[in-house]
Amino acid sequence: MSVILIIEQVLNGLQFGVMLFLMAAGLTLIFGVMGLINLAHGSLYMVGAFAAAWVAGLTGSFVLALGAALAAAAAAGALIEMLVIRRLYKAAHLDQVLATFALILIFSEGTRWVFGSFPLFLDVPAYLSGPITLPGGIQYPFYRLVLIGIGVAVALALWWLTARTRLGIQIRAGENDREMIAALGVDISRLYTLVFALGAALAGLAGALVGAIQSVQVGMGEPVLILAFVVIVIGGIGSIRGAFIGALLVGLTDTLGGIFLPELFKLFMGTGAATQTGSALASMAVYILMSIVLIWRPAGLFGGQS
Amino acid sequence: MIPERILNLVVILGFIAVPIWAVFADEIFTLTLVTKAMILGLAAVGLNIALGIGGMVSFGHAVFFGIGGYAMGILAHHAQTFTPLSVGPITMAGTKSMPVIWITAMLVSAAVAWVIARLSLRTTGVYFIMITLAFGQMFYYFTISWGTYGGEDGLPIYVRNSFPGLNTLVPLQYLMLCGAALGLALLLQWRLRASPFGLALNAARQSPARAETVGLDPMRIKLWAFVISGTITGLAGALFADLNRFVSPTMFSWQLSGELIILIIIGGVGRLFGPVIGAAVFVTLEHWLGGLTDFWHVWLGVILLFIVLFGRGGIIGFLTGKEGPHV
Repeated sequence: MSVILIIEQVLNGLQFGVMLFLMAAGLTLIFGVMGLINLAHGSLYMVGAFAAAWVAGLTGSFVLALGAALAAAAAAGALIEMLVIRRLYKAAHLDQVLATFALILIFSEGTRWVFGSFPLFLDVPAYLSGPITLPGGIQYPFYRLVLIGIGVAVALALWWLTARTRLGIQIRAGENDREMIAALGVDISRLYTLVFALGAALAGLAGALVGAIQSVQVGMGEPVLILAFVVIVIGGIGSIRGAFIGALLVGLTDTLGGIFLPELFKLFMGTGAATQTGSALASMAVYILMSIVLIWRPAGLFGGQS
Repeated sequence: MIPERILNLVVILGFIAVPIWAVFADEIFTLTLVTKAMILGLAAVGLNIALGIGGMVSFGHAVFFGIGGYAMGILAHHAQTFTPLSVGPITMAGTKSMPVIWITAMLVSAAVAWVIARLSLRTTGVYFIMITLAFGQMFYYFTISWGTYGGEDGLPIYVRNSFPGLNTLVPLQYLMLCGAALGLALLLQWRLRASPFGLALNAARQSPARAETVGLDPMRIKLWAFVISGTITGLAGALFADLNRFVSPTMFSWQLSGELIILIIIGGVGRLFGPVIGAAVFVTLEHWLGGLTDFWHVWLGVILLFIVLFGRGGIIGFLTGKEGPHV
């Protein structure tokens, strides 16, 4: 077990974590401002990935593909917000879970209808591919470093948006008291559509970025969606800072657990049994982490009320 | 508007008439579909006790369905391979006897439900939904990576298990066995709702604070309701595994937890026959729409959306003209 391997795995964990953050940020914003559980967030991730793969296939440009992902996901988000989601803000959580579950079915099968069951491929562009050498002589894929950079940049931009802009003030006010800001003359339904589209665009961006290192296929959004929920529950629902810390925790736990838990068990078990126990435990690690956090702090790390 | 009693009677008659027709028309596949609807209905009856009466929106009831399935799979696997089964210090033989499998499935489900409820009931609202989901995922990933019993590929059982005095290989006899289990569970749910415990549970859902002021302990009541709920769903899992003669990690998947909730919503939350009607409609839709188009999930999604947005109270609410209890 060398230092280089550990650093590589930590970077992998960070990369996974910041991509989860892109998903989780939208989810937590939507829950914080509108009080809505949106299971269809994973579908918006998928929409982004498919839009990117389609545009990249037509034009060959990765930048255009990312633009298409942002636009398509934001448009799909705004559309479902106006058609369906808007009617759910006052509904019980159970109804929200069901209606957005229904949206997943519609999105997934609809995409299968249009694009077929075979995965699409989105290639990392030449100027971003290949390894680069980090200080200390570590070879690491450049694209993954770029992903970490984009994730951190988006986190900073979101912080700036919520803390320093007029829209951010409205969003934070909406979290605290929606009747009051409506009374102060803010068009609340426009604000809601905007926040929903913003969250959707972030999910679409994540889908496109991750789509370039995995395959783009129907059902790709749901595993990420579940992990993003784990992230926002750990961080405390509604808190962007919580989502960022939760995302890094989950990303690192998942990545490092898969590598180090089997090694850990080898210290006091046979190799075969250790690999099996270790990998079984590693695949459960993030959920164990989440239940421990919830048992310790029932409203998450940075959550106020539940 | 139809009174709920009459509607329930129609459903019971339907569950008797369709198999009789199927036997005379020699439609064996219809018998399988009815059995599947009965088993899913049974699982949802279990969930309905937690969700409909107790207001606990469990997004992880697939845990118990899967435990029931694997109780059957593991016991029958050891019986069919003639290998002993060791649990810690105890070593025993596998079994192909349904009663033993069912009791094991229910006991393990009850124990796991107790632990999950103890931990999850500390949270409320969305956090409860998410922590139950997390427990489901833990079991799902555990079975995927646990190679001893097939891992991701699942575990086939070659011959259906036996029940004393019956030939379970005859579809109609297995159907009647499942029907009897469903009937007993419905009877239990009906008696439970009218019992002091059920009334207390109802109160604990509507207002925990008020329930507490009259001297009840809402936590304890919900805990035991969750245990009863998980036990019933566990039994359904064992029956489902025996219907397919196959268990796999998908029995633990979150989609299955979601489907169980869907069954209840389609039928009507908190209604005695809500889960059963939901299961019957779901299986019919799956079969009928699935035959018309490969993309039947789109239409299921559209139907679900309409039920949630416009049809409060599910099918029973629509037919009887009364909204169900609020969760």
